[in-house]
Amino acid sequence: MAERADRQETHRSYVSYIDKSREYYEASGYDQPYRWAAFDQVPFTRLTKPLAESNVAVITTTYLHHHDSAHGAPATDKVVYHHPVVDRPARMFTDDLSWDKQATHTDDPESFLPINTLTALAEDGKIGQLNHRFFGVPTEYSQRRTGLDAATIGEWCAEDQVDVALLVPL
Amino acid sequence: MVVGSARDIVEECGVARMLFVDFPLGNPCGKPGDRAMQRSIVSLALDVVDTAIAPRTTVQAPVHWGSGNWRSAFMEVGDHNIEALRAAGDKRRKAQAKP
Repeated sequence: MAERADRQETHRSYVSYIDKSREYYEASGYDQPYRWAAFDQVPFTRLTKPLAESNVAVITTTYLHHHDSAHGAPATDKVVYHHPVVDRPARMFTDDLSWDKQATHTDDPESFLPINTLTALAEDGKIGQLNHRFFGVPTEYSQRRTGLDAATIGEWCAEDQVDVALLVPL
Repeated sequence: MVVGSARDIVEECGVARMLFVDFPLGNPCGKPGDRAMQRSIVSLALDVVDTAIAPRTTVQAPVHWGSGNWRSAFMEVGDHNIEALRAAGDKRRKAQAKP
């Protein structure tokens, strides 16, 4: 017997944030649309050892400390950082980031910074270990600055012999 | 490996692997307080790391938020708020222009 669809769609169901943000800022009176990074060549490396032997690190776009963010603009004095996973923060600073403040909240760090989840997966043998520190990168309008921050985190990952990096943008 | 909810931004950028979680922005690793869901999402992300064979691999997590109202409500632009958006933008530009 043929299965029927659960739903029928007339539009793409997932949200295009490129379209949404362009239209929103245009309506807010900004002349130039944001120009998103796009790469034709995308690097790829296969995992070189079993997951169960791999050192896994998390990279977050959230911040450790409160920063003033006047008029809803991103805080400008944030820097790339690392922080020990044993000192898992009860809350992260997310006020200046663009997430859906009407539909949800960020009071549970595990919903975007899965330290306890990965610790449990390590205990169960799914991964070798959770790296001893996690990494944080500010989201800036400057793609040049983001590239520099990425290089710094790359160096930290190499120092720690990280095998797998989970990047979790809010 | 990116675990995220802004599929178009990540895919246009281009990454080795993405686990797409079709939720409102803010909880890509699962709903707040839902430990079982968080574990299944992070576990699936690790499986994608392990099994992907080429760059630009996107897998969609088999999770649902519930109501889909957030899709149109986020950054909504319409007749009801177009003037307010313009005024808020003007105010913001004026504030940012101050030394």
